[in-house]
Amino acid sequence: MILTSEAAILAALLLPLIGMIGVMLADRSPDLREGITLFTAVSTFVLVLLVFLDVAHGGRPEVTLLEMLPGLDIRFAVEPLGALFALIASGLWIVNSAYSIGYMRGNDEKGQTRFYMSFAAAITAALGIAFAGNLLTFFVFYEALTLSTFPLVTHKRDAKARAGGRIYLGILIGTSIGLLLPAVIWTYVLTGTTEFQLGGLFAGVADFRGPVPLILLGLFAFGIGKAALMPFHPWLPNAMVAPTPVSAFLHAVAVVKAGVFGVLKVALYVFGADTIRETGIGEPFVWIACLSILVASAIAMTQDNLKARLAYSTVSQLSYVTLGAMLATKVGILGGATQIAAHALGKMTLFMCAGAIYTAAHHSLISDMRGTGRAMPWTWTAYIIGACSIIGLPPMAGSWPKFFLMIGSLDAGHQFVVVVLILSSLMNIVYLLAPAVRAFMDPPPVSQTGNANGHASGVREAPLWCLFPAWTTALGTIALFFFMDDLVRYLEPLLP
Amino acid sequence: MSVLDHLPVLPVVVPLVAAPACALLPKGTPAWGFATFVSWVTFVLAAILLITVAEAGTLTYALGGWQAPLGIVYRIDLSGAIVMALVAGMAAFVFPYARQSVLKEIGEAQSPAFYSAFLVCLTGLMGVVATGDAFNVFVFLEISSLSTYALVAMGARQDRRALTAAFTYLVLGTIGATFFVIGLGLLYQMTGTLNMLDMHERLAGQDNKVIRAAFAFIVTGLGLKLAMFPLHRWLPDAYTFAPSAVTAFLASTATKVAVYAMLRFLFTVFGFSTAFSNVAFGLFMVLGLVGMFAASLIAVFRIDVKQMLAFSSVAQVGYMLLGISFATADGVAAALVHIVNHALMKSALFMAVGCVFYAVGSHRLSAYKGIGKRLPFTAGCFVIAGLSLVGVPLTAGFVSKFVLIEAALDATLPVPSLLIVFLIVASSLLAVAYVGRVAYAMFLEDPPAQADGSPAPAISVPFGMLVPMALLTAANVYVGIDAEGLVSLCRQAGDALMAAGFGGIAL
Repeated sequence: MILTSEAAILAALLLPLIGMIGVMLADRSPDLREGITLFTAVSTFVLVLLVFLDVAHGGRPEVTLLEMLPGLDIRFAVEPLGALFALIASGLWIVNSAYSIGYMRGNDEKGQTRFYMSFAAAITAALGIAFAGNLLTFFVFYEALTLSTFPLVTHKRDAKARAGGRIYLGILIGTSIGLLLPAVIWTYVLTGTTEFQLGGLFAGVADFRGPVPLILLGLFAFGIGKAALMPFHPWLPNAMVAPTPVSAFLHAVAVVKAGVFGVLKVALYVFGADTIRETGIGEPFVWIACLSILVASAIAMTQDNLKARLAYSTVSQLSYVTLGAMLATKVGILGGATQIAAHALGKMTLFMCAGAIYTAAHHSLISDMRGTGRAMPWTWTAYIIGACSIIGLPPMAGSWPKFFLMIGSLDAGHQFVVVVLILSSLMNIVYLLAPAVRAFMDPPPVSQTGNANGHASGVREAPLWCLFPAWTTALGTIALFFFMDDLVRYLEPLLP
Repeated sequence: MSVLDHLPVLPVVVPLVAAPACALLPKGTPAWGFATFVSWVTFVLAAILLITVAEAGTLTYALGGWQAPLGIVYRIDLSGAIVMALVAGMAAFVFPYARQSVLKEIGEAQSPAFYSAFLVCLTGLMGVVATGDAFNVFVFLEISSLSTYALVAMGARQDRRALTAAFTYLVLGTIGATFFVIGLGLLYQMTGTLNMLDMHERLAGQDNKVIRAAFAFIVTGLGLKLAMFPLHRWLPDAYTFAPSAVTAFLASTATKVAVYAMLRFLFTVFGFSTAFSNVAFGLFMVLGLVGMFAASLIAVFRIDVKQMLAFSSVAQVGYMLLGISFATADGVAAALVHIVNHALMKSALFMAVGCVFYAVGSHRLSAYKGIGKRLPFTAGCFVIAGLSLVGVPLTAGFVSKFVLIEAALDATLPVPSLLIVFLIVASSLLAVAYVGRVAYAMFLEDPPAQADGSPAPAISVPFGMLVPMALLTAANVYVGIDAEGLVSLCRQAGDALMAAGFGGIAL
């Protein structure tokens, strides 16, 4: 190893920030600026890969950044789940940067330097969350993620963007300071520490039953607002005012995954799977997660705006992870953890296709997209692959988490969850596949005059730089299906 | 070395002697330069004093060689040394800042008188902290207050409401001082002495209506001076309409010194030997909590940024009172930590406000639109200091809140500690609201267009104003990263105060 894992952790956190300054300095030369972004993305991925491989071989690198007061420190300690999240985030940042470059240039968006700078800052925050060794570090980087993504959400700077940004900030900061912070403090009061520990911190706490654990778990589950557990989900559909690269990456991969990663980590490393199962505090949240899954899917079916529909679909899919965490059985947790990976790939594909359709055909409403399939076969095929992953059809990656969650819920004795998951898949088919089916089957809308090929005028296939990243992640979902075995083995140490 | 023998009194005497000298200097740079030099000398002296007291323990100095109980004795313990260093430090930062700010807001003609009054104010504040004689506290409190009334009134050049604000402050401040001196009179009647340590010895074990009345008068009088809710009415207007440099200085020192005086009387003079001290502690807890929420809530809806920050100051005083109300060494230490940190935060914030006022001539929220683009450095410092006010980790404000929460959890309180903790956290949310409004206007709104439609003109702030602001903002972050030194020092001071309170005098 040329570089120790500890150094790699700090380097991976620092590099995007250096890249951010580089982007700021290269404001006048867009090509250099974009090059810096891509170079930073690749280098960060390599560093994270180093850490990931070390963790995969059993290493648990730790590094303390600074100690504010005795007992209060910013510390990083990497374990399998965090390394997985970091790998997904940094890897998909490369894909997303390529997509952003094309999208922003293709749509001639303003403020691109600020855009790329905020992205770099957001990646550091996401990696900080992934590598966090205690709740304080997690909280600090969690807030940093909210603040660094705010300029991205309000990028367009019009009234709608600002309104969306206000809801975004209001809900995320409100839940984090109002619910998560008290939960962190309360944990500190009960156990004397905020360090993450596999098996939980509460093993030594006497008489840990009754309302206290339940309320504490609730504070964590709702306080981590980025996990979009209903009813604290409205920030997500409102964040769709952002440009599509933001939605694709942050709200399919980095921000929302940071949220559910947080929930899963709290469940495993603060409470401990055994504690959740024995005290039964996971029960109410299993119900809430199921409700969230179904209600969000139902709302998704009513949305005509494609990005809004995908946003509600994300709310529903994120609750799968929360469900897995709250079931707290071995296979259930596996389902939640693998869902982080599978959903990231699937949803990113879908969002990138939505952006491609907007760029090529200037349609955001599904009702306008009828019949465009013939003109944009590649885009819509990638969409279908991504949709099948979300629905849970083999050979796409999304089928595994669903399968694991069903087994996990049967292990926990919750047969109704299986029903919920099947219902969810059915609803997913309706609201995700319907647009694609109508795109291919329906004739183009009458208001558009067709040319000789039967294509609606003005609709052509999406440009290559939109298709390439979308197909990368779409093929990724198929690849992950076959590599799921390796992923499961990698996640073994986490499971009870 | 003979000068350093008089070290305890030098930080008080130096600005006192310099003030009339300053009034005689030519207007403009000479007056400012002299005043700044004096403030720096005072700061160095106060810093040496702090180091000496931290190593050697409490310093005692008899003025004129006349010993207690007849003579006036200066007694500087660790908490006093911390506050003195803080006040002198704030002066050392604000005086350089004041140069261009005062030229713009007050004008050159009155600057010698202004700096002279400023030095008198500094004297008064240092004197309140340094002295060990109760009546001397009153004298210095009035010295600082009277000069403050004049300083606030000098804002009338920019806004005539400063005169009303100064007059209101004068009336209310005098009422407070009168209550205080009545209480002192009653105490003198009961004990026959004005020396604080002597009073403590003679009050020990006594409990009658006269002492209780004295206690009530003193707490009320000092409560008004430190802007305890609901005795805070003078503060928002005074801070809003005073010149920027004056607000930056007062916000970080005036109420803190009153808090210190309250600590001194509660623990050194009265101590726990009096049964009714608990009434005061209960009162502080309730009024502290109410102040935290009510003042923050009012601040959220203000349209004037200076007024918003002034109400925020009232809320922050609530935190200090809350710390004192725990009646533990950790609680007092938390109050002391917040005294220091709040001074750092608020001075940086008001300096940023002063910079914006210098550039655009207004401190209403509507004038802050687009400041993020026009004055990025100032806006950045405002946001960082604002984050410190909210209590984000890695800033000084977080350290204060953390120490306060730890103290709450360790103390046995009439209400569950966890409830206090949640209330502290909830009030931070309100701080997010009002800091967020300003940050939103600065960064996310476009600068107001000119009357003829042309874009807003380029503006700038002089270097001399940016540097002190930047240093104070950096200090916030530094304390946020490495707070161990400050916290352990304040804990030592808190222990000493509590030990004195329990009957033993820490010498």
